[in-house]
Formats: sequence, C-alpha cells, structure tokens
Amino acid sequence: MTPDATFLDSTELVLNMGPQHPSTHGVLRVILKLDGEKVLGTDCVLGYLHRGVEKIAENRTWAQFNPYVDRMDYVAAISNGLGYCLAVEKLLNLEVPGRAQAVRVILTELNRIGSHLLWLGTHALDIGAITPVFYCFREREATLNIFEKYCGARLTTHAFRVGGLQYETYEGFEKEVNEFCDMFLPKVDEYEELLTGNRIWIGRLKDVGILTGEECKEYGVTGPVLRAAGVKWDLRKAQPYSGYEKYEFDIPTCQNGDTYDRYMVRMQEMRQSVRIIRQAVASIPEGPIMGKAPKVIKPPVGEAYVSIEAPKGELGYYVVSDGSTQPYRVRVRPPSFINLQALDRMIAGGLVADVVAIIGTLDIVLGEVDR
Amino acid sequence: MSLLKKVFLVDLFQGLWVTFRNQHPKHLVTEQYPAERPMVAERYRGAPRLNINPENGETLCIACNLCALACPETLIVVTSERNEQTKRKELTTFTYDTSRCMFCGLCEDACPVDALELTQDFELASYTREGQIWDRQMLEEGPRPTPYKC
Ligand code: SF4
Ligand code: SF4
Repeated sequence: MTPDATFLDSTELVLNMGPQHPSTHGVLRVILKLDGEKVLGTDCVLGYLHRGVEKIAENRTWAQFNPYVDRMDYVAAISNGLGYCLAVEKLLNLEVPGRAQAVRVILTELNRIGSHLLWLGTHALDIGAITPVFYCFREREATLNIFEKYCGARLTTHAFRVGGLQYETYEGFEKEVNEFCDMFLPKVDEYEELLTGNRIWIGRLKDVGILTGEECKEYGVTGPVLRAAGVKWDLRKAQPYSGYEKYEFDIPTCQNGDTYDRYMVRMQEMRQSVRIIRQAVASIPEGPIMGKAPKVIKPPVGEAYVSIEAPKGELGYYVVSDGSTQPYRVRVRPPSFINLQALDRMIAGGLVADVVAIIGTLDIVLGEVDR
Repeated sequence: MSLLKKVFLVDLFQGLWVTFRNQHPKHLVTEQYPAERPMVAERYRGAPRLNINPENGETLCIACNLCALACPETLIVVTSERNEQTKRKELTTFTYDTSRCMFCGLCEDACPVDALELTQDFELASYTREGQIWDRQMLEEGPRPTPYKC
C-alpha cells in the first residue's frame, strides 16, 4: 500500500491467476488488476503450452502432419482432423465418397457432444456444482468408446485421412450410435433439471460476462458465444461441408449474450447434434471409404483455406503448397485463441468470482490457444 | 419463479432428486482398474508388436523400411543385411522408441506384410528411459520388465 492511501480507498492490486489454477482449464495465466473485489482489467499471458505445431508441419509430409492436429484442441480432436483433411482435399481437388462423408459427420457430431459435455461438467464444477461433472463424464465415456472401437484411440484419434477414411466402420456401429442417441437425450434433460432452474446457477450466470452481437463481430468471436448473442451464424449452414447440407437441424440462438445464454445454447446444440447423427446414421450410403487420393500426397502449387464449425467456433486451416511432399505453410485459425481476446471486455467491472465463470463459459482449450 | 416455489426450495430439491435417482447400484460405472483389467477395443492402438510366423518363428518383416519412412516422429530404425544365397534382404535389428510414439498408427498402415502391429496392450510404463526403447526381441516377445535403479 502506498503511503497516501487512506483507510477508505485502496490501491490497485495486481494478482496472478494461473498458470496452475484449476479453473483456467490448462496453463493460462491471467493477470488481474483488482480494486478490492472488482476487476479493473485483465491481461492474458499465453504460450505455456506452445509446441510450434505450425512449424512442425513444415517438416512433415502432408499425411504425417495429420496426427498432430489432434493435439491442438484435444477435446475435439476429430473436428481438428476433419478441418485439416478438408483443407488438403481442397488443395488436391479431391472428391470424398459419400460413405466417408456420412461417417465423418457422425463422428464429428459425437465429438461435439463430447466436447460440450466436458465443458458443461468443468464449467459447473467451477461454479460450484460438483454433481454434473460425474454425469457428463459418464456419458462422454460412451462417445469415447465409440471412437475407440472405430479407430483404436480415444482422445487423439487420428480418425480421418486425406481422401476419406482409413478404417471401415465396425460391426454394430450404427446400432451403437443409435443406442447412444436414445440414451443421451433423457440425460440432457437430466442435466437441465440439475442446473437450468437452480437458483445458485442462475444467480452466478445471469447477466455475467455480457457480450453483444456487435462486440462479438468486432472481436471475431465465433461459435456458441456468438450464437448466444443472437447472431444466427453457423458454418454448417452458412457454407456446408462434408455433406451437412443434407441434414436438417436448427441453429439454436439466445438474445442476451450472457453466460447463462451460452449455457442454454450449448445444451440445445447437443440436442441438435443428436438430430444430425440420427439422420446421418439412417442414411449412410454404401460404397468405398477412400477417394482417389494418391499414395504420396503431392498437391499442386497453390493455397486453400477451409473453415469448419468446431465445437468452440470457427476452426480454419490455411494450407500453402509449393508442389513438394511437405506443406510450405499451415496456418491454423483456432477458435479458442480468438474467443479468448474477448475476455477483457467481458470481465471489465465484474467480480473476481466472475472471472472463473467467464473463462469457463468461453470454453477454451489451451492446447489450441498456444498451439 | 413463483413465491411458493421459492420458499419451498423446489429448484434445489428437483436437483437433489436427480442425484437421489442416480444412487441406485445399477448406475455404478466406476472401473476397478488394477483389480479388473478393462477390455479395450479390438482396433486399439497400444504397444507395438513385430509379428513372427508361428510355425517356424521367423519374422514376417521384409525389412522394407516403409514404416520408418511413414513415421512422423522417425522413431523406428530398421537395419537389414543382404543374404548372399537367397539375394534377399533380411532383418537384423529393429528398434522402436515408445517414449516418443504417439500411437497414430501410420506405421501400421504402411506395413505391406502386416508385420508391425499396434496391439491391445496398454501398460507401457517403465522405470528407465532406456526401457522405453524396444528392440527386436522385445517387439517380438512382448516387454520385459526393467529393473528399478535410482
Ligand atoms: S504409431 Fe505413429 S508415431 Fe508411433 S511409430 Fe507408428 S507412425 Fe510413428
Ligand atoms: S513396414 Fe513392415 S515389413 Fe517393412 S520394415 Fe516395417 S515392419 Fe518390416
């Protein structure tokens, strides 16, 4: 305390939150400037998990880089793999067979459910509700089991290859996915029973961390955060990829753009994902699972940008080829990194306890922020 | 929320009821791991194995080096020798550094004769770093426990 501070007013207090703080969901360090319990501003320090993925890409062949993208957003590894494969396929001008597309959609949507479940569990844990995390992990386990049976890995799956799929679906795949859908919908209601009407949950989330639609667009924020602010923008509808135009689903939106609305949007999204999965499973076409991909991937000189709707927002891959077997440049547009920018705007004027709620609601994964 | 609902804490009891419903023993999902070994899926990508021909014990590997080339981490080293009589390459050593492996399965996919395979074994811990580097014998017979030194 500086000498001129009187008994009543306090000086600005600088507090480090993280990098080893359980509710920063990884190794994020937030420097909080506090006036008592009020947050005046924040600064994020990134890079604790930096592995130089984009540089690694330049030293690998196109096919070899594929497993590395799983390690960015490891909660939604399948979405990452899909984005990268689509980008390279665009560069190669390659057609992916219908069967592969349908299986890709099923797995990515299952992964979206898994990612949202992990978010819900940990977010509720941050707020102080211990129970949901057990239920969420129980259901997430079912999706992981499907991945394990399909491709042999649970988290960093490496499920897709450029041109299609490496693995044919296993016996009983459709049945198991359908059973998961039937089991899962009542569970979503169960989570809602636990949380939606709960007065503590409402008290902690309502009107916390408001981000309006205009602000979202200014910051480039995408995904559920944007949709909770009332902007109907979903890349699966806006620029359909991998056959999403064939499936019927709604884009859930809310109006206020506060933390509670983001919770509601994600809950609805899980239900919509189930809807997409059901349609996709019912209409998996027969046929090959691999397109006419060359054995050694050697795209022509050129560049391509593909963005997909990952569980956390717009995930873009910008790939440049110089005609050799290795990428010249791979640039990733990670949703978490860009959504994290809005943190300062969302917290300003809030309380320290809200910081935890807001970091949770942004649904960031530090593997993707730092890359 | 109406006043009565508020006074009688309906929302809290609703949540507690969900918790109560899930107390039933049939909802137990915890795996008793070391006591009960879980069954992993058939396609599980775990410990590597170099397959041998069960009839004569000869390795199936033709020392083509494709797995080493496919691996993003370049952690496989294959050496071979040309047999003067048959004029064919024969495998001499094969090392596989599991400490750097990310079990992506690219080596397995590249192998033309299905000699290299990722198996369902998932217990890969070792006391030393050297114990993580598997040689040909270990790949064919399964891991040997490394003695602990401090
Ligand atoms: S699984 Fe992947 S990282 Fe491991 S040896 Fe095979 S190719 Fe290399
Ligand atoms: S790809 Fe298969 S056959 Fe060729 S060296 Fe590797 S293990 Fe042996």
